[in-house]
Amino acid sequence: MTTAATDQPRRRRFRVSRRVLPYLLSLPALLTCIGILIPFLTAVIYSLQRYRLSQPWARKFNWGENYLNFFTDPAFWNTLKVSVTYAFLTVTVELLLGLGIALLLQKRNRTNNFISIMLLMPLMTAPALAALMWKLMTNPGFGILSYFATLLGIQDFNWASDPQTAMLTVVIVDVWVYTPFIMILLLAGLRSLPPQPFEAAALDGVPRWFVFWRITLPMLTPFLLTATLFRVIESIQQFDIIYAMTQGGPGDTLTVFQVEAYLNFFQSTNVGRSAALLMILWAITYVLSNIFIKNWLRLREKQRGNA
Amino acid sequence: MYEKEKDLIDAYIRGSVSRRGMIKGLGALGLSTAAASVLLNASATRALAADFDWKAHAGKTVKLLLNKHPYTDAMIANIENFKSLTGMDVVYDVFPEDVYFDKVTAALSSGSSEYDAFMTGAYMTWTYGPAGWCEDLSQWVKDPAKTNPLYAWDDFLPGVIKSCAWNGVPGGALGSDDAKQWCIPMAYEQNNLTYNKRVFDANGIAVPTNLDELLDTAAKAKSVMNGGYGIGVRGSRSWATIHPGFLSGYANFDQKDLNIDADGKLSAAMNTDVSKEYHTKWVKMIQDSGAPDWSTHTWYQVGTDVGAGKSAMMFDADILGYFMNGTGNAEAGNLAFSAFKANSAAAAPTPNIWIWSMAMSSFSADKDATWYFLQWVTGPEHDLFGAQTMDLVNPARASVWADGAFRDKLSKSYSGYVEMHDASAPGASIKFTPQPLFFDLTTEWAATLQKMVAKEVPVDEGLDMLAESVNGQLKEAGLG
Repeated sequence: MTTAATDQPRRRRFRVSRRVLPYLLSLPALLTCIGILIPFLTAVIYSLQRYRLSQPWARKFNWGENYLNFFTDPAFWNTLKVSVTYAFLTVTVELLLGLGIALLLQKRNRTNNFISIMLLMPLMTAPALAALMWKLMTNPGFGILSYFATLLGIQDFNWASDPQTAMLTVVIVDVWVYTPFIMILLLAGLRSLPPQPFEAAALDGVPRWFVFWRITLPMLTPFLLTATLFRVIESIQQFDIIYAMTQGGPGDTLTVFQVEAYLNFFQSTNVGRSAALLMILWAITYVLSNIFIKNWLRLREKQRGNA
Repeated sequence: MYEKEKDLIDAYIRGSVSRRGMIKGLGALGLSTAAASVLLNASATRALAADFDWKAHAGKTVKLLLNKHPYTDAMIANIENFKSLTGMDVVYDVFPEDVYFDKVTAALSSGSSEYDAFMTGAYMTWTYGPAGWCEDLSQWVKDPAKTNPLYAWDDFLPGVIKSCAWNGVPGGALGSDDAKQWCIPMAYEQNNLTYNKRVFDANGIAVPTNLDELLDTAAKAKSVMNGGYGIGVRGSRSWATIHPGFLSGYANFDQKDLNIDADGKLSAAMNTDVSKEYHTKWVKMIQDSGAPDWSTHTWYQVGTDVGAGKSAMMFDADILGYFMNGTGNAEAGNLAFSAFKANSAAAAPTPNIWIWSMAMSSFSADKDATWYFLQWVTGPEHDLFGAQTMDLVNPARASVWADGAFRDKLSKSYSGYVEMHDASAPGASIKFTPQPLFFDLTTEWAATLQKMVAKEVPVDEGLDMLAESVNGQLKEAGLG
């Protein structure tokens, strides 16, 4: 009688030596890293060059001249101002709204669960499509929002086509799209908080505003920081909403980094300036990320220590 | 194909039967006009093959990068004739215009050999040509071994074909003797007035004949538009805001974008007194009678608003009015056309033009085969087919404009179109100075115009600031 094991040819096991194994395991990470680093380093090199596709004969290294030119370039400072303003306004409004909605939906029941799912709908819409939708809704001729504005007695409100209200309009669109992201993150945070401190406060008859400021908010801070980190990074890199609605106009009202860099590359074919702008944007994002992550880690350690 | 019809059409091609005789004969044989056009084109294709070896590249494939446009529809509708004529195959990708030029830039700047030829505007070749992305087509045009003797180079409208040729020297004249033919036109747009004849007639409004009248007419039209507005012009933050009506009127006052000095150095020319006066009137016209959301208006909004009866007229591409006068638009059949001379002292209109052309990628693996396609698609037979049967309007060839059937088609449904074209075509050409910073400077010009209309900056001050910025950029690029 023969067993099944002896019938089948023995499988050979491929043995990897202990010395090679660490390198093999880190290979996927290394390949991913190379995939990111090659375009990044290429962009760094481009940013140090005078490089216009329309003047290939004039291509040469200018060693940081693109960056130095920014200091005296009002267009750059305007871009920085517009980008920071946009990021500040959108993230602030979205945090306040998202937190408010999350607090309202904190209690687990069917209605709240249904509403929280429905509120995610804007997040499912591609931002460029949302921008086009809002462009139609804010059309002064036939837009529904323009109609409502007229009912409220606001005449000739030109939304994104007026420099005075263009920023407000794109911020509204951004808030409409991304508030649900903050809301769902904070809702998850609120529902994961330990019930004991709240139960103790309720037994002691502590006022609700005191509970919110002294218990809820401090315990929710890591979630708030995470949401803020994601949104700040994304909103300072905003492109689709602004480009689809105004292409950066009217005038230079909305020329944020990505729009300016895009126009520099695809329209002006000024690769050097476009790359330098994106390097500055990368540096801003890097610094902001580090600040947020350091604070997030500090808070986590603090909470662990307290626990 | 039916033998009797075929014989009749071949006789017409040979010249032994008149056009009227052929149409009468085909009618008697029960053929519709559309079917007759297709048969006529097939016969013309056979005639083409008589004196030239069209089969030299049989079995090869050409790949095209195309923009979604009625000109592309005309090309695709006729492409089987090219395939049967040459034995070649043609494949293509069609992209919407919003992303089309990004796709072209990405494909060419990466040196991709995927596409052999692509649609382009002449302005774009001021980047593509010097960058080494597209070929100087003169070398094929001038080679009798590679070009069909019936190609009829001299048949192209002079202002249009010259606008597609540039010597690559910043500020160099378009169509100069040393110019390189970066692309060849299929059809083109002039910028003139399209107005709603129904509204104008009902309210006793006369068609304006100069800039001052245009301002008054636009204001008067706005007052009768019942929630609409008087005049549509483009306003988005883009080079495309400058090139249609705005530049056409500007050029009519002998104004330029740039000056060229004796050493060939460029400098801004848009802050002269005449230019400031022109800008002031243009800005006032938009403020008083333009679209409330003008600063977001591209050709699309300008066209659809006049087609929907939201605006009383537009100073934009004539073919935009042509398309908006077709079925599916609220004002179909009500739009009329007029050549426009902004400067009453000028001798004739001077429309700036946009030209949809074909260019050959420098990375094409088989340029001779690609040239076969290019000479066919820009040839007189396809231009005539497209103009008569499809919407390849405005054709770039004089012979097509002389064609009775085409003129009849236009005159029948497009009031004043033929007259408008004939009046403005002699002065039609690209009015920009060709140079590598074209898109930078015109986009900034559009942004400045937006600031003026929004009253963020006075016209005088805005133009001086623009000129200073333009001069700085030209210097930085080694052009000023």
